[in-house]
Amino acid sequence: MTTQETAKDTDFAIEGHGDISVGVHGAGASGDGSASATRITPGNALRPEDIALEIQRGKVKPSEDVAEFALRIGDDGLILAQRLGHWISRAPELEEDIALGNIALDQLGHARSFLTYAGAAWGKSEDDLAYFRREHEFRSAHLFEQPNGDFAVTIARQFIVSFYQYELYTKLMGSTDATIAAISAKAVKEVDYHRDHSAQWVLRLAGGTDESRARIVQGFKLVWPYVDELFEDDELTTRLAEAGVTVQPSSLRAEFDRLTGEIMAEAELEIPGVPQTLGGGRNGKHSEFMGYILAEMQVLAREHPGASW
Amino acid sequence: MAPHGNPEAPASAASEINREAPKVAATNAESTTTARASGPDATSRGAQEETPWSLWEVFVRSSRGLSHVHAGSLHAPDAAMALRNARDLYTRRNEGVSIWVVPAEAISSSDPDSKGSFFESPQGKDYRHATYYTKSEGVKHL
Repeated sequence: MTTQETAKDTDFAIEGHGDISVGVHGAGASGDGSASATRITPGNALRPEDIALEIQRGKVKPSEDVAEFALRIGDDGLILAQRLGHWISRAPELEEDIALGNIALDQLGHARSFLTYAGAAWGKSEDDLAYFRREHEFRSAHLFEQPNGDFAVTIARQFIVSFYQYELYTKLMGSTDATIAAISAKAVKEVDYHRDHSAQWVLRLAGGTDESRARIVQGFKLVWPYVDELFEDDELTTRLAEAGVTVQPSSLRAEFDRLTGEIMAEAELEIPGVPQTLGGGRNGKHSEFMGYILAEMQVLAREHPGASW
Repeated sequence: MAPHGNPEAPASAASEINREAPKVAATNAESTTTARASGPDATSRGAQEETPWSLWEVFVRSSRGLSHVHAGSLHAPDAAMALRNARDLYTRRNEGVSIWVVPAEAISSSDPDSKGSFFESPQGKDYRHATYYTKSEGVKHL
């Protein structure tokens, strides 16, 4: 919790929020008895638009290294959001459909923030980066582009992702880069829920029927080879760790292993003893799945450049 | 959407609705007998494996000081997941600071058909309201 408080101390301005409340009929915060349970308010949080505004005003500009780093974690979120979005209307239950959709949107929100910030280094918008880069220019790790498989595979992938992202964003809240810290402070709360969601499902699938257990075991076997890549250090992370912008990915491993290990033990699952892949996503070397994701994600923007709807 | 019907027989709309819709949930009798008992709610989960997800009613408190208000219903395999589904379904737009979920079958409700005998009786009984009475002379602070 202390790190969260530290993040609040960053001087990153959150502004530009007008009152955009909708459907509120005199049900103020004064304790009106007729206040609707479905009263909606926008709330106050850091949005990609706020970051774009700060960039426009010349208040923030990432260095080349920081931009490259923001691109990595932004791409992680972007590709995963694209994957998870595929579940919409296809999940086993309506409730789960929305849950996975929410997680996808959370990831997309993080991606928008990080890509907006990264783009400032090269005069590019989040859309330029998302829609007009080629496969080898994407920096996401291989785990994020792995196919959804069945529900259990998706949950296994999400389980690894959310525990990794939670450790990462928690550390990034203390980043010397105020924008990275601010985006992470917003993201960590959402990722915390993703941890809970996937952990609940790992427990239930593992402790459910023989069928569900077999599927989650198989799901972990399929996605576990991509774990090591998440925790690989390289020259960029070394430089940024020295500057205090981020921490070495390898330093996140112990907590990741401990926390995922606890859930796996509770679910009576074993960490699959599978060999690890070579990775390479951080250098733009992707698996065969990436091209298809990008084709689907980018086709509209490329067919109709500059279109809005 | 709220359960209604005869107070004698609490609403069991959950199972009725569920049976009509195709579900992915395991209905194989074999799987029930080999259910593993591990993790939280293992016993209740075992019992529910044959039946589809049950219906839960969701109550959301929009801000501190207000009461929880019925927001809708949802399906969930158990209470823990019901709370999470409620969070995902009913607080996506910053609607709440607190959620209650209640098994729909735990709610007994009044019969819409006996609205007359239940709710129309107080009508016209002005004397049950303070405004019916005239202020007595000399009484202050009324």
